[in-house]
Amino acid sequence: MKAAPFEYVRAHDLDHVLQLLAAYGTDAKPIAGGQSLVPMMAMRLARPALIVDINRLDVLSEVTIGPHAVTLGATVRQRDLEDDTALHARLPMLREALRWVGHTQTRNRGTVGGSLAHADPSAELPLAAVVLDATVHLRSEAGGDRTVPASEFFLGPMTAAVAETECLVSIDWPVWDGDGVVCVFDEFAMRHGDFAMASAACQLQLDADGICRRAAIGLGGVDGVPLAFPQLAARLVGHRIDADLARGIAADASAACAPGSDLHAGSDYRRHLGNVLLTRVLLQAGEQRLAA
Amino acid sequence: MADAMTDNGGFKYIGKHRRAVEHRRFVSGQGRFAADIVPLGLLHVAIVASPHASARIVSIDTSKALALPGVHAALTGDELCPAIEPMLPGVDAMQVKRYPLARGIVRYAGEWVVAVVAETRALAEDASELVDIVYETTPHVVDAEAAMAESAPQVHPALGSNVIYRRQFVWGAVDEHFAAAAHHLEYRVRWARSATVPIETFVVTCAWNDATRLLDIWASIQMPKFPDLMAKCLRLPGNGVRVHFDVDVGGSYGVKRGLKHSVLVGYLAMKLGRPVRFLEDRLENMRGGDMQGPDRIFDVSLAFDGDGTIRSMRMRAIDDIGAYAGRSPLQLGKPVGAIVGPYRIASVAYEAVSVMTNKTPQEAVRGFGQAPTNYAIESGIDKVARFLGLEPVALRRVNLIGKDEFPYLIPSGTHYDSGDYATVLDKALAAASHPELVAKRAELRAAGLLAGIGVSTCLEPSGGNSAFEPLFNPKNQTTTWMDSCLVRIDLNAAVTGVMGTSTSGQAHETLVSTVLGEIFDREPDSIRVVHADSLNALPSNSPVGSRMAIMLGGAAAGAAKILRAKLVRLGAHNLQLDDAEVRYEGGDVVSRADPSRRMTWDALVEIAHRHYHKLPPGMEPGLQEKFVWEVPTGGSLPTADGRIQMYPCHSFESHVVLTSIDPQTGGVTIHRYVCGHDCGVMISPDVVHGMTYGGISHGIGAALLEKFAYSEDGQLLSGTFMDYLLPSAQEIPPITIVDHCTPSPLTEFGQKGSGEAGYLGSVAAIANAINDALAAHNTSIDFLPMTPQAIWRTLNATALPKENA
Amino acid sequence: MAPALITVEITVNGKLRSAAVEPRTTLVDFLRDSLGLTGTHVGCEHGICGACSVLLEGDPIRSCCMFAVQADGMAVTTVEGLAPERGRLSKIQDAFCETHALQCGYCTSGMLIACHALVEHTPQPDEAQIRDAIGGNLCRCTGYQQIVDAVKLGTQPGYTVRADPVKRAATPENTVVPGASNG
Repeated sequence: MKAAPFEYVRAHDLDHVLQLLAAYGTDAKPIAGGQSLVPMMAMRLARPALIVDINRLDVLSEVTIGPHAVTLGATVRQRDLEDDTALHARLPMLREALRWVGHTQTRNRGTVGGSLAHADPSAELPLAAVVLDATVHLRSEAGGDRTVPASEFFLGPMTAAVAETECLVSIDWPVWDGDGVVCVFDEFAMRHGDFAMASAACQLQLDADGICRRAAIGLGGVDGVPLAFPQLAARLVGHRIDADLARGIAADASAACAPGSDLHAGSDYRRHLGNVLLTRVLLQAGEQRLAA
Repeated sequence: MADAMTDNGGFKYIGKHRRAVEHRRFVSGQGRFAADIVPLGLLHVAIVASPHASARIVSIDTSKALALPGVHAALTGDELCPAIEPMLPGVDAMQVKRYPLARGIVRYAGEWVVAVVAETRALAEDASELVDIVYETTPHVVDAEAAMAESAPQVHPALGSNVIYRRQFVWGAVDEHFAAAAHHLEYRVRWARSATVPIETFVVTCAWNDATRLLDIWASIQMPKFPDLMAKCLRLPGNGVRVHFDVDVGGSYGVKRGLKHSVLVGYLAMKLGRPVRFLEDRLENMRGGDMQGPDRIFDVSLAFDGDGTIRSMRMRAIDDIGAYAGRSPLQLGKPVGAIVGPYRIASVAYEAVSVMTNKTPQEAVRGFGQAPTNYAIESGIDKVARFLGLEPVALRRVNLIGKDEFPYLIPSGTHYDSGDYATVLDKALAAASHPELVAKRAELRAAGLLAGIGVSTCLEPSGGNSAFEPLFNPKNQTTTWMDSCLVRIDLNAAVTGVMGTSTSGQAHETLVSTVLGEIFDREPDSIRVVHADSLNALPSNSPVGSRMAIMLGGAAAGAAKILRAKLVRLGAHNLQLDDAEVRYEGGDVVSRADPSRRMTWDALVEIAHRHYHKLPPGMEPGLQEKFVWEVPTGGSLPTADGRIQMYPCHSFESHVVLTSIDPQTGGVTIHRYVCGHDCGVMISPDVVHGMTYGGISHGIGAALLEKFAYSEDGQLLSGTFMDYLLPSAQEIPPITIVDHCTPSPLTEFGQKGSGEAGYLGSVAAIANAINDALAAHNTSIDFLPMTPQAIWRTLNATALPKENA
Repeated sequence: MAPALITVEITVNGKLRSAAVEPRTTLVDFLRDSLGLTGTHVGCEHGICGACSVLLEGDPIRSCCMFAVQADGMAVTTVEGLAPERGRLSKIQDAFCETHALQCGYCTSGMLIACHALVEHTPQPDEAQIRDAIGGNLCRCTGYQQIVDAVKLGTQPGYTVRADPVKRAATPENTVVPGASNG
């Protein structure tokens, strides 16, 4: 399990990255945390001719907490976000999602941008991104800057809308203003830290009476890409979250998925898990608000 | 935590907490594993494996690989096979020959076809991608029952059948007992193909010297008779190979038996005149490393009365051993020695069927087939309890062999040496606070979960003999499975114990030094234990079959006692007393009548090494003695109807588990885990507890997570650690071990074996707990692993979709 | 053609170490093969088992999932560097010995790295924190119980490392024979 030979360049600035990607195209691959890329290279499932190391570019590792969005540079480490209380106050979804991501050793290297670009349909951060409808900033030498909403970013299993000449630069995560924002992320995996067989997330804004004023929901692991359901979420608005409502929405959401099958979970089981988990996160969000 | 140690009476070092002497090198990163040994000029092997479950090799073109600078060889079976002797099966089926590389035919996906040797492992992998092999696929079979059909594709056509071994044993009046019993119950349970999967893969390095004609081998090996087999396969004299046993082995639990790896590397080292290493990567290890465990279907009938008394058992075990046989068919033989578990079952019919399929070959796994058999028996005990409406614990009490019935002769010819099963069960139940457990189960059920308590009471035969060899192969008359130890006291008065096998975590250096300390009454930490190489070693049959506390411990004690007696004679002679007039005290020899008259340890050593004039006439100078110990109760061949004393000693374990199941997801939570354990006198309690925790953990994996799954095409679906799921610290719950001590009458200190402890009863207990939970839905799961998906499907009676059946 | 070798400089256990490596050389292969630091072990090479864990700038990472060239100029601590000085043990190492937190010793270096990183940030971790911290390190021997016990023990206030191991028996006086000691 040794990678095929490749050239290595440590980029000295972002333009350098873009030049190399423009010159090498599909033969080049930027490396951020490497937690998925390096094992794939070890198995020779990925064999780039050139590895462009973007880890030391400060411009890619900035965290900016703005009034309406938190902007995370592509190479912000997952681990560095875990204890950031200022960030969590504005963007609780990240903390909730990161609780399920890998293990300390992988989160110490794994990056936010890398997780999105890798586009594993069971991964947590991509689900968080589609639920909140984050915006992904990409840049290339020829095309300059481009933004892609998360809803259009994931194209299929392990396939994201990043052109071969593009570098993922940053992600804007929308911040919900006002009180009563609750966020719940749940998943079911064979072991702690494994990719989920199914995952569900919701972010709701609930008033003091528990009436939903704003809602975003999504499912992971139950389709080729993580899915958000804005139309189903809209059905929550104006209502208190009760079991019937939660079940109905979860049933409709899971019915709309096209789960794949693997060794540990058949498609019908994944769909069922999606249904169960979405029901649970909705009910739990309602309970959390009442308890607050 | 394990509970306070049971007082096992009168020992100074045995049974006491003592830091294992091995630990210090490991915690400071100074272990010496096979991969750490790098002779100058070392070359590296990578394997090209078959992508097909069954195919004819049409052609192999290695020219592009060989053209790569730094590549030294691309070896095929056409060259290798005629130059070596095949590895033979453990049963009388000599047509089933195995070589390290395939020749002409491949029989499983992952079978090695070409070995590429290069300056670095990375380069060897580069070159292996350049080997062109043309295959023509042929029909394959991956289901054991399908493979038994006459029309099935033949894995080894020369044998004429895929059934490599089949024998029906009948011990006692089975038909009469069945006819007389009030009830019969039939069931089928399946044990999934899993394995111990050590974190270190198999590693072997060989170096050949043209002048001395000696092959040096450093390997992560745990295998009986490995040096002899290496020599035989490579057509070298026995003294033409030297296996270095002073290599730390990174876990094994049965599977580190890379004979084919070692034969291949040995051949390459001889061919190339350079040291060569094969360090399996994880992909090679999982697919073609030949370390997958038993894969069994049990069909069982129990005959019993209304009060729960089990009269008789019929059991058929079909074991899918994969494409080749090493010792794997014998894994159906070892359970003969505990075929009735801890129960008074008067007669047994046992049909053992070993079947070959186009899958990775099976290797020995912790317990050598006993854990699956225990799972099959224990599943039945709970089924009988449910049938009769009895508590599983109560049913067990009805049938457990009583503590006054030992030595107890079971129908298949083994005497159980000693035990007190009911007490160990009671201790486990008490430690688990069984009434509270029952209340907790009710609470969990009231909260909407399914909840169940599982109990198992299982035998752990120990003292590993190889009586299954003559039992399963009349042409094999092996009746000894000795182990040995050499003990020296040097001129500077330090003690060294010499053992003749490698260690894979069982703390043998601690075992031997504790035993020597006990016999010599000297501080064990002052005693060094070394692993001799195979040309310097006395015979050992390696740490298999929970045998080393008994066999190596017994051999070390035997050698030390001879030496101690020599010191006594020496001391008495110099005190001008008879042997009976002195006593041995902390290394000194003291006059019983006048304790002021003594010969000190240092003085005795000085005399033995330097003062021949002070030795009793005829005494050999120096202080060095060996002891070779035959397995107690060993030495005899089976009867015509297949009765034999299998292992000498019988440890016992009783597990109590509370689980709950989330009925919506099928997810399982273990709320309480208690194991009552009796392995006689524990020489190193920390070591025993550690192995027991580990065995339980391994069992939790086998019960809930682990499976080498195959597609219908014969492709391994769980060939990485992302698919083959080893439990982490977050899947394994805190475990309570409660000790009991029933000494064995057959061993030096009353010890029994414990290397396979925990694993032999944990799978059964967890399965019983899950099925207790599922009983509320009138359903059960009779296969492993009991994954969330499997449980969900059982609850919803939903078949697995075709694509991943 | 193989890409040119790249010279990397990495501070390992406090000492600047340098070697020329292929870009594809992983950090663990660099530590083992180039530096001879064989205390760090390879278990799966695909980022699951944790046997290859080391501290990178103080944080635990998997050294099979990083190329050595990426660590150029950085600081790495391996199991060989956990002890306060040669011949002594850290509290966690000592507690591992005391509770029998290892058997074959193969996963142990990665476990120790994970546990050292844990107690660096959480001086007195509870059971759940310990199990979480070692959740990415697989062990097949111990069932983890005695590892959890070790961390609990080693982080108890006042826990002291046991003094040097018992000295091997010294040469007895009476065997030092004048004239014989030179053979």
